[in-house]
Amino acid sequence: MPARALTAGPQLVVADLHLRFGGVVALAGASLAVQHGELAAIIGPNGAGKTSLLNTISGLYRPQRGRVDFEGRSLVGYPPHHVARLGIARTFQNLGLFRGLSVLDNLLLGRHLHLRTGLLTGGLYWGPARKDEIAHRGLVEEILLFLDLQHVRDQVVGTLAYGVQKRVELGRALAQAPRLLLLDEPMAGMNVQEKEDMARFVLAVNQTRRVTVLMIEHDMGVVMHLSQRIHVLDFGRTIAAGTPEQVGRDPRVIRAYLGQEVA
Amino acid sequence: MLAALYVAVPALASAYQVYVLSTILVACIGALGLNLLTGYAGQVSIGQGGFLGVGAFTSALLASRTGVPFWLSVPAAGLVTALVGLVFGLPSARIKGLYLAIATLAAQVIIQWTLSRPAIAGGGSVAAPRPGVLQDDRIYYLVVLSVALLAVAFARNVLRTRVGRALVAVRDHEVAPAMIGVDVAQHKLLAFGLSALYAGIAGALLGHLGRAVTVEQFQLDLSIQYLAMIVIGGLGSLPGSILGALFVTLLPILLRAAVAPIDGLLPGSAAMVLSSVQVFLFGLIIVVCMAVEPRGLARLWARLGGALTR
Amino acid sequence: MDCLALRDGLFFGNQVVSGLATGGVYALVALGLVLIYKATQVVNFAQGDLLLLGAYVGWALTSVGLPFPVAFSLTLVLAAAGGLAVERLILRRMIGSPLIAVIIVTLGLSSMLRGVVFLVAGTEVRRFPEDVFGGPPVEVGPVLVPQIHAWALAIAAAAVAVLALFFRYSRQGVALRAAADDQQAAMSMGIRISRTFALSWGLSASVAAIGGILLGNLSGVNFTLADLGQQVFPVAILGGLDSLAGAIVGGLLIGVLQSVASGYVDPCVGGGLRDVVPFFALVVILMVRPRGLFGRAQIERV
Repeated sequence: MPARALTAGPQLVVADLHLRFGGVVALAGASLAVQHGELAAIIGPNGAGKTSLLNTISGLYRPQRGRVDFEGRSLVGYPPHHVARLGIARTFQNLGLFRGLSVLDNLLLGRHLHLRTGLLTGGLYWGPARKDEIAHRGLVEEILLFLDLQHVRDQVVGTLAYGVQKRVELGRALAQAPRLLLLDEPMAGMNVQEKEDMARFVLAVNQTRRVTVLMIEHDMGVVMHLSQRIHVLDFGRTIAAGTPEQVGRDPRVIRAYLGQEVA
Repeated sequence: MLAALYVAVPALASAYQVYVLSTILVACIGALGLNLLTGYAGQVSIGQGGFLGVGAFTSALLASRTGVPFWLSVPAAGLVTALVGLVFGLPSARIKGLYLAIATLAAQVIIQWTLSRPAIAGGGSVAAPRPGVLQDDRIYYLVVLSVALLAVAFARNVLRTRVGRALVAVRDHEVAPAMIGVDVAQHKLLAFGLSALYAGIAGALLGHLGRAVTVEQFQLDLSIQYLAMIVIGGLGSLPGSILGALFVTLLPILLRAAVAPIDGLLPGSAAMVLSSVQVFLFGLIIVVCMAVEPRGLARLWARLGGALTR
Repeated sequence: MDCLALRDGLFFGNQVVSGLATGGVYALVALGLVLIYKATQVVNFAQGDLLLLGAYVGWALTSVGLPFPVAFSLTLVLAAAGGLAVERLILRRMIGSPLIAVIIVTLGLSSMLRGVVFLVAGTEVRRFPEDVFGGPPVEVGPVLVPQIHAWALAIAAAAVAVLALFFRYSRQGVALRAAADDQQAAMSMGIRISRTFALSWGLSASVAAIGGILLGNLSGVNFTLADLGQQVFPVAILGGLDSLAGAIVGGLLIGVLQSVASGYVDPCVGGGLRDVVPFFALVVILMVRPRGLFGRAQIERV
């Protein structure tokens, strides 16, 4: 489903987010805005709070202070499954896949919100339930094709190569038909070839399927090449935001990464 | 296969054999229920014995004290047990699956105590009569068989559609299912309710099979027996539940046959010896299976089949 | 006896005192449960049955003529050995398995222990020699405390104190606490986790055995000790599954609760409250405050 401009202004607004766990400060004033259909990236040194930011947006953590607005509606205080229902899907750094299930079943799980079958109707598996199941299988087949995963559709996920698993997770997130896709280090742990493939798919998801993408990524090459806008986090705070060219030249960013002034 | 079960068995088997088969089928239903909760949704439960008791007593009380016909009392028993299961499953919204096992222990203890109150039976037995049509063990067997088949089909359908997938997701991860939109708390609760429904129906059928119910039938040892069934058969495996139920139900029968010759030599009565050996063996089976092949007979079978076809 | 009849303060005092005695024993045994949970993340469902086994072994040793202190100490040693053996032979094999598998194994173990005890011992009630804790009741104000209650509480308290000292001052004890707190950090300091696992099981089995002997003296050695042993779970949940202090407080509270409830409410409901009231309490706690009185919020979901 393409990212429709439901409200004027940015699709996602994060304003002055503060998040603390006991004595540990994860976020200290993080802010960003993502436009409809944009492909944006969050970068920053390790421990900068990037995953915490994503987790807060998706409802896993509750910030002490700050706003997260999605399409004009505040997300703060909603549990994760409600955030998903509002149209946000995400992948995880350590793969949130169901390793005992097949690729197909994992993707079908992505359709959970859209399927109508309940316990009783599913158990009886009569007309409407059957139609529901078949219709959504069709949708999932299309995603399998899009991501070049048809040949492994029946394989148990735990047995697949890491790069393929990451693609399956992307597929499952896509199956949710989200309007905003949060990717947590989609290229992590991949070799050059796998990274190229994944980059191609992420781009396709954004351009062809018109899904807004906000991704955390460490690989600078990928980030510079793919993103239209980059947000830089350090010590839980946004220190810079702009186009790849702007951010690449920003002395604050360089200092954060290298820890020293560059003349 | 179905024809054999429906036609050949009643025709050829002795009354005793039919009775045993009925017991196995009842165990299948209960084991399926427990596997849905523990094997598929990942919530360890040692309350299955208690839930079977709720089903058995509900149906027996309805039938013998208020004259409710069998065809109504059994489903009613299932529903009542499902409700009880939901109540004891409520903590699942706030605690992680592993600690829920303690809540199921509480369920077992509380149910046992409740069922032995004077108002209910005071430790005695409650009659569980069968309607005229089902007096014959062979006909009753056909009813139990049909219910068991329905139970298997229903479970299989649930597992391959939306709700079943969500249950498995809940087992495998704490966080990821929520991000797909799965209401984890709701699904854990659902698993409890469904599992209790199966247990309730199994218990009711068991009660009417024996024509009477007592609290002694539904103690912690029964819960452990059901756990043994799904552990042996394979956690998270439908055919495994059936294999496990078969194995665990037959074991005491084989034991009894083995012990009979040396009855005189044993300390205490044969019944006590059997009972304790049984309890010990089920525990041993659980320990060995979990340590060696956690995926149970079904997996071993599959592996064997794979090795043979090479 | 009438239901809910308000008897005199003496009756209440007696109930409280006997409750404290059993509660003290529960506290001790629950410490073992909490210990294993803290060190290994496993809920040991066999803890109550270790109590049962300890009681029978202790009794058996006294019945062949060994003096009580000797039987007591020997049972302790055997229990520790048993705990170590279980850890070594069974649980170590399961390292790497999901926790659900290990918990199921402890359930199987519990069943095995019950089966063995039942097979060997049958259903008669055995009693420890009367002279051990015989003697005149101790006077605490107006309340006459039977010797056995006083001794049970005293021995349990002493055992808890010994454990506390062990954890505070001995190297092994400190290592155990460290590993229970943060396994990774402990490993990086050179603490052998396998040893702490073994130690926690050995200690837990020992305290369970002590508890069994004490309860066996309090209420006779017979199969119903298994029901008393089960009380360790409500105790641990009330106190907080990962809190040693909680086990102590929880034990005393549950002991008194059992005693008072069965003293006053039993006639209303046909008896049996002693064994079931703690479990009602457990369900309430799980609904209202799952982490218990002193536990960290670890058993609650994110």
